[in-house]
Amino acid sequence: MGSPRTLFEKIWDRHVVLRREGQCLLYVDRNIVHDGAFHAFANLARRGLKVRRPGQTFGTPDHYVPTVSRSPADAPTAEIRRMVETFADNVRAHGIPAFQLADDRQGIVHIVGPEQGITLPGFVLVCGDSHTSTHGALGALAFGIGQSENEHVLATQTLWQAPQKTMRISVEGKRQDHVSAKDLILAIIARIGAGGAVGHVVEYAGSAIRAMSVEERLTVCNMSIEAGARAGMVAPDDTTFSYLAGRPFAPKGAEWERALAYWKTLPSDPGARFEAEASLDASRLEPMVTWGTSPEHAAPISAAVPSGPPRAHEYMGLAPGTKLEGLKIDRVFIGSCTNSRIEDLRAAAAVVRGKKARVPAMVVPGSGLVKKQAEAEGLDAVFSAAGFEWRHAGCSMCVGMNGDLGRPQERIASTSNRNFEGRQGRGARTHLMSPAMAAAAAIAGCLTDIRK
Amino acid sequence: MKFTSLTAVAMPYEPVNVDTDQIIPARFLKFPRKDGYGKFLFHDLAEDPDFILNRERFREAKILVGNRNFGCGSSREGAAYALFDRGFRSVIAPSFGDIFYNNCLKNGIVPVRLSEGECTRLRKLLNDHPGTQLTVDLEKQLVAEPGGETHPFTVDGFHREMLLKGVDELGLTLTLMPQIEAFEKGYAAEAPWAVRGSEQML
Ligand code: SF4
Repeated sequence: MGSPRTLFEKIWDRHVVLRREGQCLLYVDRNIVHDGAFHAFANLARRGLKVRRPGQTFGTPDHYVPTVSRSPADAPTAEIRRMVETFADNVRAHGIPAFQLADDRQGIVHIVGPEQGITLPGFVLVCGDSHTSTHGALGALAFGIGQSENEHVLATQTLWQAPQKTMRISVEGKRQDHVSAKDLILAIIARIGAGGAVGHVVEYAGSAIRAMSVEERLTVCNMSIEAGARAGMVAPDDTTFSYLAGRPFAPKGAEWERALAYWKTLPSDPGARFEAEASLDASRLEPMVTWGTSPEHAAPISAAVPSGPPRAHEYMGLAPGTKLEGLKIDRVFIGSCTNSRIEDLRAAAAVVRGKKARVPAMVVPGSGLVKKQAEAEGLDAVFSAAGFEWRHAGCSMCVGMNGDLGRPQERIASTSNRNFEGRQGRGARTHLMSPAMAAAAAIAGCLTDIRK
Repeated sequence: MKFTSLTAVAMPYEPVNVDTDQIIPARFLKFPRKDGYGKFLFHDLAEDPDFILNRERFREAKILVGNRNFGCGSSREGAAYALFDRGFRSVIAPSFGDIFYNNCLKNGIVPVRLSEGECTRLRKLLNDHPGTQLTVDLEKQLVAEPGGETHPFTVDGFHREMLLKGVDELGLTLTLMPQIEAFEKGYAAEAPWAVRGSEQML
């Protein structure tokens, strides 16, 4: 029946309510809101509108929450505190299910959605945050929206969208030891560029993706936006299904069987056409670090800083030709929706165990449940013994909206996703890398090759 | 917000991959819109008195001609608010961050995609002759130079119509509720887990 379709096309077609002049009115299965969504709620209030489907909406505060404690009173300024409180007021007023700060299940939106089974294959899922691409790892079409779009979804459970083009990135081969999902996605972005996938939805395919855990796939899809793709996706398979089985919000019993049968029809058909293709050999990858102010400024740790935009070199205080390995750092941040799941913390703890950090370092778990799991495994003790700060869940120093900020000119080894100018604080210099590489940098006090 | 045609001073902006963290740093996003976001536009860069936005000739600029992947990165609508509140009504670039592109459309800023060559030519013109006015005509879907040279572009029919007539998008969708409800009913029969409220699972 019909011509072969991609995973993206199958989900898209299923959600089109109606078409009008090049735009589709798409039905939205889930909308996740966070404490940055106040503009949308304010606009709703101005129009006197209610949230149409509160049960298909979900909330957790993350951007502005303090990570030193679970009390909004520990926010560094009254304005930041007000953000957390406004969020609580908004979800309460509209009857939106939400995890508040005191709840163990609170965390970064993109950690909590998959963790709870709120994100499911075949869903159209949106959130007023660009890293919503993360959720595509479970075979959903998930993308970030602005606050006007968010207001529209809250009021109608739909969204006007132009159909996107598709791009397949095939990754074959087996990764070498110490080469992580983060290194793989940084290598992809370095290859295709920060605008390489603009206007496209990327499907990651190939043996290296199939072999990945769901958590690794989440890391890869998370940074799709860093290549310009609004969404990244991985076809759901047995790895996906066993990850989801038993998650609190996933369907149960007979409904699970029914959903499963549907999910199995989703992967791209053989012969489905993609508008663009790229490929990568995973066996040739090395641990990667960024040297500049765009995620495309990524290079293997064994390399030297290449030539690039002078402004990037100046901001980072790095001349072309400088060896990346051995570059002194001032601070380490392990966290963010890219790398704050339990597998990330295990990888970092394995490097840290029995050693001491030479520079200030902090670990911020992605959710209260990740934190609890890590504590059950004794990882918090490993980090604390090494001199790392062990924090509560939130976005923290990924963007610093809660006040966790780097200082001007401070060089930060970070497991987050953006090395933009000022992202981690005015003048702060960010080097993106994997959790194991960031942990190794903390121990060495400089960028170092985890393989050595 | 209505937009038909605009003739105004255009400001060239050279860098590629201009991210929304540059357009408005994160620390300003917590402020209410009514306070005005114009003062946050390129805030940290604009502290340099020589920054292009501070030059006398571009004070009245309403059009920005940028470079590849303009507005990449974060979904913050504050980037569009800051441009709008500072007076910008159109951004021309070879390509845009997808979310930023949509945020512009929803905030009365017309995003115009022209080829890399055309954008380079326009930026050169504006650099060589600061204060030059361009015309962005949404009706005809043309950018016009003062010399008469024109550059065609397209905005999807749906948003073009909205902007030309000043139609409120959410208002329009609310009139389509019967279709949305009918869709929802059919969908619920096939995928009940998708439309079921999750409150009871908390
Ligand atoms: S962790 Fe960073 S990238 Fe992820 S949602 Fe929070 S601020 Fe955004």
